Formats: sequence, C-alpha cells, structure tokens
Amino acid sequence: MVTYTGADNPPFRLSMLIYDRRYRSLTLQAIVFILVMLMASWLINNTLQNLSAMGKTFSFDFLFRRAGYDIPQQLIPYNSDDTHLRAAIIGVLNTLLVSITGCISATVVGVLVGVLRLSSNWLIARLMTIYVEVFRNIPLLLWILVILAVFTEVMPAPNAYRGENPAATMILFDTIAPTNRYTAVPSLGMTNPPATISLGREGISWAFIAFVVVIAAAWFGNRQLRRWAKNVQDQTGKRPTTWWISLAMFVLPVLFLIWYFGLHLIPPVLRGFNFADGTNLDNAFVVLWLALTLYTGAFIAEIVRGGVLAVSRGQTEAAFALGLRPRRTMSLVVLPQALRVIVPPLISQYLNLTKNSSLAIAVGYMDLRGTLGGTTLNQTGREMECMVLMMGIYLLLCLIISAGMNIFNSRVKLRER
Amino acid sequence: MKKSVFFGSVTAVALAASGALAAEGDTLKEVKARDVLNCGVNTGLIGFAAPDANGNWSGFDVAFCKAMAAAVLGDATKVKYVPTTGQTRFTALSSGEVDLLARNSTWTFQRDTDLKLDFIGVNYFDGQGFMVRKDLGVSSAKELNGATICIQTGTTTELNLADFFKANGMDYQPVNIDSNAEGEQQYMAGACDAYTTDASGLAATRASFADPENHIILPEIISKEPLGPAVRHGDNNWGDIARWTLYALIAAEEYGVTSANIDELAKSSQNPEVQRLLGTTDDMGKMIGLDAEWAKRAIKAGGNYGEIFAATIGEQTPIGLARGLNAQWTQGGLMYAMPFR
Repeated sequence: MVTYTGADNPPFRLSMLIYDRRYRSLTLQAIVFILVMLMASWLINNTLQNLSAMGKTFSFDFLFRRAGYDIPQQLIPYNSDDTHLRAAIIGVLNTLLVSITGCISATVVGVLVGVLRLSSNWLIARLMTIYVEVFRNIPLLLWILVILAVFTEVMPAPNAYRGENPAATMILFDTIAPTNRYTAVPSLGMTNPPATISLGREGISWAFIAFVVVIAAAWFGNRQLRRWAKNVQDQTGKRPTTWWISLAMFVLPVLFLIWYFGLHLIPPVLRGFNFADGTNLDNAFVVLWLALTLYTGAFIAEIVRGGVLAVSRGQTEAAFALGLRPRRTMSLVVLPQALRVIVPPLISQYLNLTKNSSLAIAVGYMDLRGTLGGTTLNQTGREMECMVLMMGIYLLLCLIISAGMNIFNSRVKLRER
Repeated sequence: MKKSVFFGSVTAVALAASGALAAEGDTLKEVKARDVLNCGVNTGLIGFAAPDANGNWSGFDVAFCKAMAAAVLGDATKVKYVPTTGQTRFTALSSGEVDLLARNSTWTFQRDTDLKLDFIGVNYFDGQGFMVRKDLGVSSAKELNGATICIQTGTTTELNLADFFKANGMDYQPVNIDSNAEGEQQYMAGACDAYTTDASGLAATRASFADPENHIILPEIISKEPLGPAVRHGDNNWGDIARWTLYALIAAEEYGVTSANIDELAKSSQNPEVQRLLGTTDDMGKMIGLDAEWAKRAIKAGGNYGEIFAATIGEQTPIGLARGLNAQWTQGGLMYAMPFR
C-alpha cells in the first residue's frame, strides 16, 4: 500500500483564505459579521455620544414619577397622581383590549366574508368582492379618520337626548344611546352582590368567579357528553341526541346564578353633561375597533377564501358520496384541511392588527403609543427610553401572539407518518 | 484585488464613523451656511402662526422667526417654517430639525432643565382658560363637573386641567386631540362640552369660527402660561442672539422706535440707548457674532413688539386680545427688556 502524504493537503498559507474555495466562504462570513458588528457598535456609540453631548442621560427613573395626566379609558384604576409606569400599563391594557377584540371580530368578519365570496349567489359574492377590494386597497389610517368623522359629525351630542321632545331618542327599548362622544350602553348590576377579593386597588367579584367556574364546568361536561355519545355511536352505530342536554348544562346554572345574584341591567341616564350609570364606550375605542375589524377582516376573508379553494374539489365530492351532509362535509372534511393553509397567514394578520392598533393616536385612543409614546414621552422628554421601551413591549406582545398561534398551528397542521 | 476591496470598505466605514462623531454644531454657523433659518411653529393657530391660502405664514410667533432671520441672515424671508404639534415640537428642536422654536410653548422648570431647552424670554404672558358654547348655560369653570373636555395631549394644559379638577373635587372626561385644528373640529361638532388651552389660543380659535358670538371664554384662568421662544441647551451664543433679538423688539417699543421712524432715528436719535440698539455707536453686534445693524433689521422686519402685537393679535384684529399683562413695564405690564449697555 502506498500512502500519499501532503499531496492532498498542502500546507496552509494565509492567501488560501481568499483564493481557496474551501476557506473563502468562511472568510467572507467572518468579514461580513465583523462589519455588521462594527456598524452596530458605531450606531450605539454614536447615540450615546450624541445623548451625552445634549446633556441627556439614559435612565428609566422617570417611570416612577407622578404622571399628572388623565386617561379617558382605563381597565384598572388610574388617576393623575399615579406614576408614568402605571400610565404605561394602562396603555398596554388598552392596546391589548383593542387588539384582542379586534382579532376576534376580524376573524368572524373574515370567515363570513371569505365563505360568502364563494357563494353561488351572484349578488352576495359580488358584494363581498366589493367589500374586500375597497377595504384592502385604502390605507387603514384613512378608514380610521373617515369612521371618526362619521361618528363625530353624524351622531347626536348627549344634549340632544335632553328635554321633553328630544332631537334624538335612545335605541333598543331606551337602553342604548349613541352619541358623538361615546355609546352609552347599560351596565350590569346585582341586587345581592357577594363580596369581592381585593387585589390592591382592584377587586374581583365572587360573582364573576362563580360565572367563570360554572361556564368552565359546563364546557368540560359537554366534552364528556360528546365523548360518551361517540362511544355509543362506535358500539351501536347510532348517535344519541345530546343537544338538549348540552343546552341545559350551559343555560340552567347560568340562569340560577343570575336569579341568585339578582343580576340586572342598569340603563344609562342623562345626568349633567353626560350619560351616567351605564357604561360609556368611548368613540375612540369603537372607531378604532371598527376600522381594525373591517380592514383586517378583508385580508382574512381572502386568506379564508384561498384556504377553502385549496382543498381539492374531490374531497367534497368524496364526502358527499359517503352520504355526509354539506354542513358535516364543511366541518369534518373541508375546514380541517383548509385550516392548514389558513392559519400561518392568519398569524401575520393578527400581528398586523396588533401593531396597527398604534394608529390609535389619530383618534385620541390612549393605547401604549398614546400614553408611554405620547404624553409621557412629551412630558418627560425621554424620547430614547420611551421608544426603546415601546419597541420592546410591542416586540414581546407580537412574539407572544406568534408563539400562541404557532402552537395552535402545530395542532391543526398535517400529521405525517 | 479582492483584498483591497475589503480593506477599502473597512476604511470607508471607519471614516464615516469618525466624520459623524465630529458633527457637533454651532447653530449660528450652520444657519449662515444654510442661508435659511429653520423655525418651528404651530401647525396652525390664527394670529400666532398660520399659513394663508398662498402658503405664506404670518402671525405673532412667525414675526419673531422673521425678526431672527433678518438679524442673522439680513433677510426676513429666509425662513423655512416647520409646523410642529404639541407632541413633536421639543423633539424637533432637540434633534436639530429646527434652529428655533417659536410656538406658544410654556416655559416650565422641567422643560428648561430636564428637556434641555433654553427659553430665551417671554413674548406672551398667558394663562389657561376654558371655552364653552353660550347655550350650555355655564358661566364658571367650577360648574364643569362631569363635563367632557377637549385637550391637546403633551401640553402643560393637560397637566393643569388634571390638577384643576382634582383640586376642586370635580370629575371630567378628557378627549385627547393632537392639534388645535382637530380640537376645533371636535368642539364644533359637540364632541366635547368645553375646549381648554391658553386663553390667547382660545381667543384665536374663536376668531376663526363663523359664529364667535355664540361662544364664551370662562372667567377662570387656572394657570400661569409664560409663552416664549426656545432654543437648544448648550449653544449659548445662539441663545444670546435669540434672547437679545426679543429684547431688541421689546426695547424698541419702549423707546418709541417703530418700523416707520427707525431709519430717521438711527441717524438723528440723541438717546444713547437707542444709538446702541440701532448700532449707531458701540458695535454690540460683534459681541454676538453679527454685524452692527442686526437689531435695526430685526425691528424693521415686522416692527417693534407693540407693532407686531397690534398687527397680529391685538384689539384691532379679529382675535382681539388686550395688552393686559403684555403691556410695557412703563404702562403697568410685564414686558421689560434688559438694558442695551
């Protein structure tokens, strides 16, 4: 046997880093990495130098100072004596509220429109097409401003509800009053209110916990019931009728709780300048929510349409051939397959909606952008800190949404053996 | 060959880095080199700063921009007006987007210290008030319990409003708006019961209504709002130029120097202080990096303080503000120019 030594492995020379193909790619990557790092360190260094040249320091102390301003809509108690930090938390909660409600309603709108656009009814399908094209192709900010203008100019002022012959009357049996500031809706009251668990300045009513527990129990019960029905079907071939048991499980305990606590609606009443007693849904919130819903809904509709169309026609025909009815075909055959196509782009739409909610400032809705990135930034002059903090919070929010939706996606995606 | 490309790009990055670090400004030099003054103004407040149909800006704050441009560049028209909102104004100034902020901004401790601004003086002594419709039947701000109030976010008025209602044990519902135009629209549509901002701003806003007689400004003034132009902290010479331009306008009124008689007085005035002001004797302009006639040009641009006041917001204008606190100290007001000496 002959062993070759050295012929295949010439001694390493420095020029091989550039001229030898085996090393060249590594060299290039190392150089690009160093350049990127240089760039980043220059940016950070430049920022710090410029800040210190202006005599500004980088500190988050301002978060613990008195905020001094009021916020129209608050989910947890807040007043002007609280800190900027609490104001920022109020902002985050407002962002979350409009994002979550927006995602839910946009999904409902999107699924409905997406399916209806495939309808065989020419008129409905065309109307849905018009809706999708109109909302998809005009910037969201314009929609927000248009809807705000409609709410401000068209709705009556609270004053219009006053007097013997008011210019405006409340709708739905005198319970809801739309105005150009807010929509006054009834609030819930209890004649036998139970105690509340106090959590600092916020409290959770036992009644709320009772309702949550009862509904959760009904949901689990319903699952067991369906499992039992499936077993019976597997053994005997006949599925027992269960819908009335499910219905009773959900309705009866809730009715009992409503009677027990004496739950009732308190209608809004015009008192002084504004409606009181009920809940006033701020127009800023309603406008933003509506605009986000309609805008994102148009995109989701297209995703849903694409998803349904992606399921081969043969699947539906096969299901029909087995004797499945259209509703069952949709829920058992088409939708589970369509979801695999729908969910990944849907995640992007949820993220878009969450980020787009920062346009709230256009209507004066005090979300994170309005509190931390708006008034706090302006009153304290801490542009850098506020921006860094705000970007971090939005990043975190979107990563959480993305992670949650990806878990859902892995549950619906195609299982391969 | 390839080697040189790599090293070339590394060198380029290093050069760019060092170049950017060296850019630490001398505002006067920058303005002169640019030959135009970037002046931050309101996005539109009739009387103070508003563009007309042809895009020409005019108003009380705009007049100061013009006086500065005349003093520094020798031409009152060499101004680029940068509209700023309550939220963007200080960032625009500290980031260097504008050289000077002439935008009814209140001089406060925190802005002067923590925000690193230098207020160079007060050109209008103001206070926060409320405007309501006459048919609302309210005659005092103390009757506004439970009212919805339009407020521009990011302003001192927002903080005063919160404090006023808290101190009086009253509730209110804020409607946050971004600019005066938006506030006007919301108020006119009845989306808020009252609109609050500085009393001068209220008068200016009311003047632009079709039916000013149906709106009243409530008697309570709930704060002190000394409004004045501001510059960046740290460039003391630029601050001095701005400060003494303002004093030149105020002093000119005190000494009876007007845009009409200024040329004649420059030649014939026997008053030593007027002579120094107009650069006839003692070249004071040199001390701040300008020529001898800087103050003369500034006064000529739009007249002295009193002339500017009368032409833009005074009682003969639709805004109709009385001199009040803003009269000369010799007339019982607070306008007081430091001596030109």
